Amino acid sequence: MCLAIPGKVVSISGEDALTRMGRIDFSGVIKQASLAYVPEVKVGDYVIVHVGFALSKVDEDEAQKVFEYLKKIGELGELEEPVS
Amino acid sequence: MKFMDEYRDAELAQKFAREIHRLTTRPWKIMEVCGGQTHAIVKFGIDELLPEQIELIHGPGCPVCVTPLEVIDQALEIAARPEVIFTSFGDMLRVPGSTTDLLSVKAKGGDVRIVYSPLDAVKIAEQNPAQEVVFFGVGFETTAPATAMAVYQAAQKGLKNFSMLISHVLVPPAIEALMSSPDCRVQAFLAAGHVCTVMGYEEYFPLAKKYRVPIVVTGFEPLDILHGILMTVQQLESGRAKVENQYARAVSRVGNEPAQELINKVFQVVPRKWRGIGEIPQSGLGLANEYTAFDAAKKFGVAHCQVEEPAECVAGLILQGLKKPHECLAFGTRCTPEHPFGATMVSSEGACAAYYRYRRR
Repeated sequence: MCLAIPGKVVSISGEDALTRMGRIDFSGVIKQASLAYVPEVKVGDYVIVHVGFALSKVDEDEAQKVFEYLKKIGELGELEEPVS
Repeated sequence: MKFMDEYRDAELAQKFAREIHRLTTRPWKIMEVCGGQTHAIVKFGIDELLPEQIELIHGPGCPVCVTPLEVIDQALEIAARPEVIFTSFGDMLRVPGSTTDLLSVKAKGGDVRIVYSPLDAVKIAEQNPAQEVVFFGVGFETTAPATAMAVYQAAQKGLKNFSMLISHVLVPPAIEALMSSPDCRVQAFLAAGHVCTVMGYEEYFPLAKKYRVPIVVTGFEPLDILHGILMTVQQLESGRAKVENQYARAVSRVGNEPAQELINKVFQVVPRKWRGIGEIPQSGLGLANEYTAFDAAKKFGVAHCQVEEPAECVAGLILQGLKKPHECLAFGTRCTPEHPFGATMVSSEGACAAYYRYRRR
């Protein structure tokens, strides 16, 4: 029920902060979502959408960190491989 | 889909699993609060990648599951009225009330419509001024910004034919209720990522401190969940009990402040009954005094409706992590997703339905 999925903002309409809407591309499926709660969002940003509302902008730097962390674990793991 | 597919990489998942195995020295019981996470864990077999010492306990974070029977009965009573167009998220339609469900009301001629967003219900109210349009407002903090906006916009537009049957629930009071129970076995929590997208995670600091439990805000994809478990195990093994954020790509410490502002304007915190658990103080949202004209339970005079839950169903114990679905005698035989006895078999995010669908044991 708390399912929320990431999509890319392809266009924005409406001037008023409360009624600002975006067309959001979910890998080819385009849906409208309210941008009332993400006033900072621009075309090209990724947003997390739940029941027709963008709830946050995806932080792309943070999104990479899990992979950087995994790389670090990998390197440590190789160091710990038994020699024999 | 970007920001989803890359978090489902099987090889990287194994890497996390190996690290969790390497660090785990003792048995730990970790509760994932959110039903969406339960669904992902069972669907992708994440629990099967973990060391035997780690037990995942499936929490009460499925709003469909915890909506009390009497609210379902209220919904059924309202939806059957000839002047009403009853709108709801699709997941609520098959939830059994005392005698029937919304789909059956629809089959008998009730005007029950599935909507994608609460704003769609407001639009239906505008287009049908001669009918009463009711939206079934269930959900956790994640959904509250949407329902708050629907009420707010209906008020702005002066709509007199729109109202909402509300059963909104809040996560931190449920964690508090679980932890203060003498039977509690939970040693750490994966907090629900999207709830924190809205609310941030500052409200978990006092809980982590009071009950000395690690709480890790966690996302919903397999790599997120494994990463959240790893962060939790790191804390448990080193004796720490802090709030940490695994899901930083979508969650900030303070959350979404414009959304919180509107939630605080339209709603107030109220005591709320949870199906299978009972009443938890200050665990729900109800309409603020200024907006009570939009309260469907008052408008249609159904607030009196009180019913007891069926005794055979152990959903309450499952929601508290005291029993696993397959330990119930009715599981998969007399109780199935087609004919559910109770809460946790109803929604695809309920622990029983997830076990039934992906794991017949």
